[in-house]
Amino acid sequence: MAVTPANATTSRASRIEAALLALGIIVLVALPFFIYPIFVMKMMCFALFACAFNLLLGYTGLLSFGHAAFFGGAAYFTAHAVKEWGVGPEIGILIGVIGAAVLGVIIGFFAIRRQGIYFAMITLALSQMFFFFCVQADFTGGEDGIQGVPRGNFLGLLDLQDPHAMYYFVMANFLLGLFCVWRIVNSPFGMILRSIRENESRAISLGYSVQNYKLAAFVMSAALAGLAGAVKALVFQFATLTDVAWQMSGEVILMTLLGGIGTLVGPIFGAGFVVALQNMLATSAFPVTIATGLIFMICVLVFRRGVVGEIYAWLERRNTGNR
Amino acid sequence: MNATSSHDTGPRAVLSARGLRRDFSGFVAVRDVDLDVRHGMVHALIGPNGAGKTTVFNLLTKFLQPTAGSITLDGHDITRATPAKVAQMGVVRSFQISATFPHLTVLDNVRVALQRPNGLASQFWRSLSVLDRLTPRAEELLRMVGLDDARHGLAADLSYGRKRVLEIATTLALDPKVLLLDEPMAGMGHEDVGTISKLVKSIAADRAVLMVEHNLSVVADIADWVTVLQRGEIIAAGDYETVSKDANVREAYMGSEHA
Repeated sequence: MAVTPANATTSRASRIEAALLALGIIVLVALPFFIYPIFVMKMMCFALFACAFNLLLGYTGLLSFGHAAFFGGAAYFTAHAVKEWGVGPEIGILIGVIGAAVLGVIIGFFAIRRQGIYFAMITLALSQMFFFFCVQADFTGGEDGIQGVPRGNFLGLLDLQDPHAMYYFVMANFLLGLFCVWRIVNSPFGMILRSIRENESRAISLGYSVQNYKLAAFVMSAALAGLAGAVKALVFQFATLTDVAWQMSGEVILMTLLGGIGTLVGPIFGAGFVVALQNMLATSAFPVTIATGLIFMICVLVFRRGVVGEIYAWLERRNTGNR
Repeated sequence: MNATSSHDTGPRAVLSARGLRRDFSGFVAVRDVDLDVRHGMVHALIGPNGAGKTTVFNLLTKFLQPTAGSITLDGHDITRATPAKVAQMGVVRSFQISATFPHLTVLDNVRVALQRPNGLASQFWRSLSVLDRLTPRAEELLRMVGLDDARHGLAADLSYGRKRVLEIATTLALDPKVLLLDEPMAGMGHEDVGTISKLVKSIAADRAVLMVEHNLSVVADIADWVTVLQRGEIIAAGDYETVSKDANVREAYMGSEHA
């Protein structure tokens, strides 16, 4: 037996992911010449958000219902830093990411003490507390949010007011974020996360302090969600309550499930699909929530693994059939 | 060996419990349990259903906190240690239901266990390929238990008996001082029981094994020391010969009319 079946499927899946990635980058580079750049930038922000979320749900088995706090929180921190303190976009984003990570430590510290639905409820409760903090706090501008955030000059050199410069800046952040997710998932640490997802008590009995691993994964996921939110604040030049509201936490779950949890490409697809759908329906009279709700139901009933997950499963079945 | 005393002779006790007790809101699941798990010996913990065997396991591995009593490992008090800490100190358990990582490959199941002692557990910035250096040791362990032919398959696809064997290989990867096996032969076919018995016996050659087991012929076969638990209390201890003749034990197992 030269190549064993499991090996073949694993390497096949990773080859497909690598090929998709290369193709994706080429498409991304060319895209702003064909499509409205802001639209693609929005997709990238949400795709990164969903990938960060998937790091927790797909690879650690923790369902957070409070990720809007990190996404929207980072948007506020970055917007405030850039507008009021006048820092550059790179420092602004860094502040957003660190802020989200700190929020992640606080929320994660309490949430990881419980499992399953209780974990989800605690994350929801704490992110709602953060939402009300954002409603009340001065620096967020309450109902108005923070408007007119300057994009500034990247490293003082590149003027990000230029749509194409901004586009490639966002793309670089997006790819950096994706690389982080990929690196974490395919690392010794990621292996331990998977073992915790598979069988938590067994991982404990092998001597792993699973609480520490869960918290670390939670903070990493929060920080990456923060990166997505921080970049989004610069793209749209505002930060508002929409991004910290619980609906946003629900939306990222939808995107991830739709695309396929536990795959690298799935959440990107899911996010792209949902954003495109919202964009299409924004001008029509048909309510977006009904459309996404219907799609979510179909997804849960028909492709439980998500669209990308089902494709992988199909490839694997075909592969087994041919052997 | 002196079979009638509380066996303070014999090889050195690695894991010891004194006066162990656990209450569950008024119900005493385990009371006054004294145990010595000794190096180089297979120690069987037997008793009817609900006797508290698994509770004792959970107490020894700190998955439960004892209400009273103390636990020592090589003379160090571990009564208040966390389960992960106890595992790091060399007390590794298995579970009643098979405890593999189902969607990892057989090889990865063992490598996951090897990661911690080799300091390759928290690097999130390094490639998975750094784990390749653990592969020879993992393969050696799989060969030892006869699973090397299945190493690239998923653990979920193994037969029940082979899952239990994989569990033992994973446990051995940590080179534990004490192995606690919770019903390693439960639900297993005849041949598998023979294989695992031999495996457990050979493992115990240079470490201590505490095993909960219902299959008394296995206990008779491989246990060097037997502790019998009934309603949370030890009613007899000694080698199998002694214990099997004990009136209390016969009563517990067969009912009073046979006593």
